[in-house]
Amino acid sequence: MTEDLVLRWLRLAAARVAEARERLTELDAAIGDGDHGINLDRGFREVVRRLDDGALPAEPQSALLLAVGRTIMGTVGGASGALYGRALQRAGSALELPAGGEPPAPAECAAVALEVAVAAIAALGRATVGEKTMLDALVPARDACLLARRNGASLAVGTAQAAAAAEDGAARTIPLLATKGRASYLGERSIGHLDPGAVSSAILLRALADAAADR
Amino acid sequence: MIGLVLVAHSPELLRGLGEMVAQTAPAVPVSTAGGTSTGRLGTSGPAIHAALDAALRAPGCAGVVVLFDLGSATLALEIALEWLPPGDRSRVRVSRGPLVEGAVRAAVEAAAGADLGQVVAVADAEAGVDKLPIDGPAGSRR
Repeated sequence: MTEDLVLRWLRLAAARVAEARERLTELDAAIGDGDHGINLDRGFREVVRRLDDGALPAEPQSALLLAVGRTIMGTVGGASGALYGRALQRAGSALELPAGGEPPAPAECAAVALEVAVAAIAALGRATVGEKTMLDALVPARDACLLARRNGASLAVGTAQAAAAAEDGAARTIPLLATKGRASYLGERSIGHLDPGAVSSAILLRALADAAADR
Repeated sequence: MIGLVLVAHSPELLRGLGEMVAQTAPAVPVSTAGGTSTGRLGTSGPAIHAALDAALRAPGCAGVVVLFDLGSATLALEIALEWLPPGDRSRVRVSRGPLVEGAVRAAVEAAAGADLGQVVAVADAEAGVDKLPIDGPAGSRR
């Protein structure tokens, strides 16, 4: 990744989340507390507002991601705010360069950031694949991105494959039983619904792929 | 004295709880972190960190017991705790007790001059308390 790509991604993600706001909220109303779309939209709006105001550091990308993570944590609320915020902060830390260090290739940065972000969400949420959470989109996405990277794929190809894997993973949450978060209160009644967190994760990764393609 | 940090998804909820605690134990310092930084329902790592910092810096504060509402608050709480320097972190204990009962019980204990371990122990113990009397109210037992 580069600062430029991160900035494009954040703005595109904010637009996509705004478009999906009602849909995410409806999905969350079915099995959660019905505020996922509203919360995430509020957080990304705040990120864009702070970018426009120059209140976030535009570079380096590590500092930008750390600041965006803090903004998301403070404005989104609920589990998704803590999880996405933590993921962005850990990605930012992983992309910090030693003084005078040369940044790795963008495709390498994206793979590292995604790997670290997914590990952070799994650790904080004490969750794993198959529990009807954002990890059901994110883990396949990470695996696709790392595989693409090992095969020498470009940033655009790697992120596109990650986004496709995330969308596929999100769709597969329908028959799953939720055992984490508010949806777990529903027990077996959570079966038959898409997980809103997995859907929002897929939206964020599709925005990354589109930002990477649009160069 | 031991202080309390109360964490919940709703600032309104904490306002009421703060009044209940103050009525019972007015001398006990209480900091709250309710809602997001934009005033909506939710919890926020930065807001919890600020509340912890304020409580720990209060004059005469020997330690802080944290009580929280729903499970997802633990995610933001965990992040806030990690941001504390080790010297502050060691003066904070998180209670698994219920927010309302735990806060009131902990405040009474803190006001009596109990130490950090004693205050968190009484708050934790509220998790196992059966609130219904054995013989009623009528029809309440299945």
